[in-house]
Amino acid sequence: MSDRARWVSLGVLLSVSAAAWGQDRPQYPSTYEPRPYPSILLRGATVMTAAGGEIEGGSVALRDGRIVGVGDQISAPAGAEVVDVVGKFVTPGLIDTHSHLGVYPAPATPAESDGNESIAPNTSHVWAEHSFWPQDPQIPRAIAGGVTTIQALPGSANLFGGRGVTLKLVPARSVQEMKFPGAKHGLKMACGENPKRVYGQKSGPRTRMGNVAGYRKAFIEAEEYARKWAKWEADSEGDAPGRDLGKETLAAVLAGEILVHNHCYRADEMLVMLDVAREFDYQIRSFHHAVEAYKIGPELAAAGTAASMWSDWWGFKEESMDGILENAALVHGAGATAIIHSDSSQGIQRLNQDAAKAMHAGLRAGIEIDRNDALRWITANPAWALGIESDTGTLEVGKRADVVVWSGDPLSIYSVVEQVYNDGYLLYDRSDPERQPVTDFELGRAAGAHLSGDGDGR
Amino acid sequence: MKRALARLALASTLAAPAVGQVVVIEGGRVVPVSGEPIASGTVLLRDGEIAAVGPDVPVPADAVRIDASGKWVTPGLVHAQSRLGLVEVSSVRGTADSAVSDDPIAAAFNVFEGLNPASGLIPVSRGGGVTTALAIPTGGIISGQSVVIDLAGETIEDMVVSSPAAMMLHLDEQAAGLAGGSRAELMALVRRLFAEARSWQTRPDDFQPWQRDTDATPSDLEALVPVLDGELAVFVDANRRSDIENALRLAEDHDLRLVVTGGKEAWQSAPRLAELGTAVVINPLDNIPRYDGLRARLDNGALLETAGVPVVIIEADVPNARNLRWAAGNAVANGMSWAGAFRAITLTAAEAIGVGERYGSLEPGKVANVVIWSGDPMELGTAVERVFIRGVETSTANRQNLLLNRYLGER
Repeated sequence: MSDRARWVSLGVLLSVSAAAWGQDRPQYPSTYEPRPYPSILLRGATVMTAAGGEIEGGSVALRDGRIVGVGDQISAPAGAEVVDVVGKFVTPGLIDTHSHLGVYPAPATPAESDGNESIAPNTSHVWAEHSFWPQDPQIPRAIAGGVTTIQALPGSANLFGGRGVTLKLVPARSVQEMKFPGAKHGLKMACGENPKRVYGQKSGPRTRMGNVAGYRKAFIEAEEYARKWAKWEADSEGDAPGRDLGKETLAAVLAGEILVHNHCYRADEMLVMLDVAREFDYQIRSFHHAVEAYKIGPELAAAGTAASMWSDWWGFKEESMDGILENAALVHGAGATAIIHSDSSQGIQRLNQDAAKAMHAGLRAGIEIDRNDALRWITANPAWALGIESDTGTLEVGKRADVVVWSGDPLSIYSVVEQVYNDGYLLYDRSDPERQPVTDFELGRAAGAHLSGDGDGR
Repeated sequence: MKRALARLALASTLAAPAVGQVVVIEGGRVVPVSGEPIASGTVLLRDGEIAAVGPDVPVPADAVRIDASGKWVTPGLVHAQSRLGLVEVSSVRGTADSAVSDDPIAAAFNVFEGLNPASGLIPVSRGGGVTTALAIPTGGIISGQSVVIDLAGETIEDMVVSSPAAMMLHLDEQAAGLAGGSRAELMALVRRLFAEARSWQTRPDDFQPWQRDTDATPSDLEALVPVLDGELAVFVDANRRSDIENALRLAEDHDLRLVVTGGKEAWQSAPRLAELGTAVVINPLDNIPRYDGLRARLDNGALLETAGVPVVIIEADVPNARNLRWAAGNAVANGMSWAGAFRAITLTAAEAIGVGERYGSLEPGKVANVVIWSGDPMELGTAVERVFIRGVETSTANRQNLLLNRYLGER
């Protein structure tokens, strides 16, 4: 049995053994329900599908929360409301692999600062969803930027920051009401300066070698933990091993049930992390920030690891000094999966602009990219990194009706989001203040149409 | 190609303009800012200044001619609130010279000798068309004195255009914390400082320590005198409407030359700001609510413009000062006029930092800071093609280009 198969089967065992642990009881299950909305035909736009090419005078049909038609000869579903979008652009909803919305909410007081459990370098036992505040007023702003799905991650203070959660970006009373049905958890890991800075004067790690020793120690323990459980599953001798939330998370990583999202800036460190992943036979789904990913494009492609990047952040710390505008384009050109992420409550409102900036920088450097590629950096590719690519991220029949209508070309700075459909529900309409979500936090506080500026406010 | 670029990066950035040297930029869409755009115009640079701008400018025989057809020609962008030259790597303390810690009243602190003309951020910023900046001190209640620099020069003296350019004061949540925890006490403290500065100015010999009402040093008080005399502008950081209006009251009481920065809720005070002609420096991307500015909104610039308030736009991220044009572009996306937003990063910015007579537009007699763009400067696909500072072509090459070339070659 190969190592991989061994761990996968161990994963199955762990799932089976859940009954014995009482773990078969639901663990914070998604209670998300798509909101009912009439069938819609968006007609006459430039449709950018992110699945290849642009359709001039194209239409997109939405019914029961799904895309039921995309093309230039689409008939309206029965009883559909036809929305004339001539002169406008239609794209998939945008997806951000790296958000701290809800865990580092506005108004940024210590009372709601819940993103870093910075008490120990390994906090793989914590889950970002247990910090997530759905009334974060940053959420409606991101929606107004065309974002329909995010991964909310713990911060990067720790080697293992905890589990991330993939969310439908919709108004909700609880995080469970936002959890993307069927999406796997992520595990936030962090390289480099941050863990060193936070723990260097405490318990350590103080160095990058300390960081790596920390990952290895934790995975060795996770292997032991998984072995103990597998043995007990097989022979049922004695008491069941004790449950350990942190090791449970890392064992699930080894079993391929949790996707690794690894904050890492420098090329050399990313290559070390790929070796750590080989040593323990897990996959790194995406590096995050990855400002030097352009130096190791072929290795990323070979490892099947994506890079989630900014278009242009650089210079704010030592490990960010080699950031270049062509990063995403070079990663793409090397055949690896390029993603533009935000890590910012402002940046998340303009992912389209960052994709455009990165595309143009690449084009100027002579790298072959087209507009569909650039759109994929903020739609299909992040969907893949979150393991939800069969469900969202492109405009294709059968996928969730996560759709954005833009006033013009989304790769122009002058274009704004006019409408956002999340699972076919019109969640945001720039021209209708009644269709602009307002969090509880902002009730009675936000004077004026803080989102679009078109309304007179509430 | 690799080699050529490397040489470019190491080339000297600023030569003194040769006397009599004439550069002519022809055939581009000229945006003078001070007047209407010219579809196909000529800009003539001589001795480091703009000598002529128009659709039909006679070209001297010895001029260096640059064909800008299909391009846009504009004044260099003016960043009215940057830390360029003062901060290299913000997380590396030794490379950051913009603030004096533990001195909340640092009026005498002038950033001049903290400037680093060799900063790697400078050519990167030029690559975004930024040619002039206000380099500001940060932190505390009174951060100190800012200076205006051109983004070229081998020495501090080469770079600096004016010093001091403005006094930086904070009337925000953070400053209130430093003043003891109340905005009211902060205002009282500032008024006591002003009173002491006047007292210092008029009766320095009688100035006895036991009569003091603040613990500001004499040199801090001395530094405040030009502010009270209306000779030196004061930039007041204020976001909440009440803070902005506290600044306006303070300015009226003391006849200050006030510029409001931050200004998240400035749109709510727009009529009063317009009436007083007070410029507001905003980050148009910042719509994130804080208790210090719950009513932040993306169309702040548009609302201020409509009310007739002079609007200045900045890019808040120091290493990405190059994105100044895109901050303005986003203000346009959210309702500002194109002309107003472009003025907000050129002429209005220059006026706010006190160099409007010499900078910010393409007019004869002004400093020849000129940028040639591949298209509309605010559009995402547009690149800076050539940059002239004081009439001399200046490189935008930087180590990012070298990194690109190295790894592009390895593909």
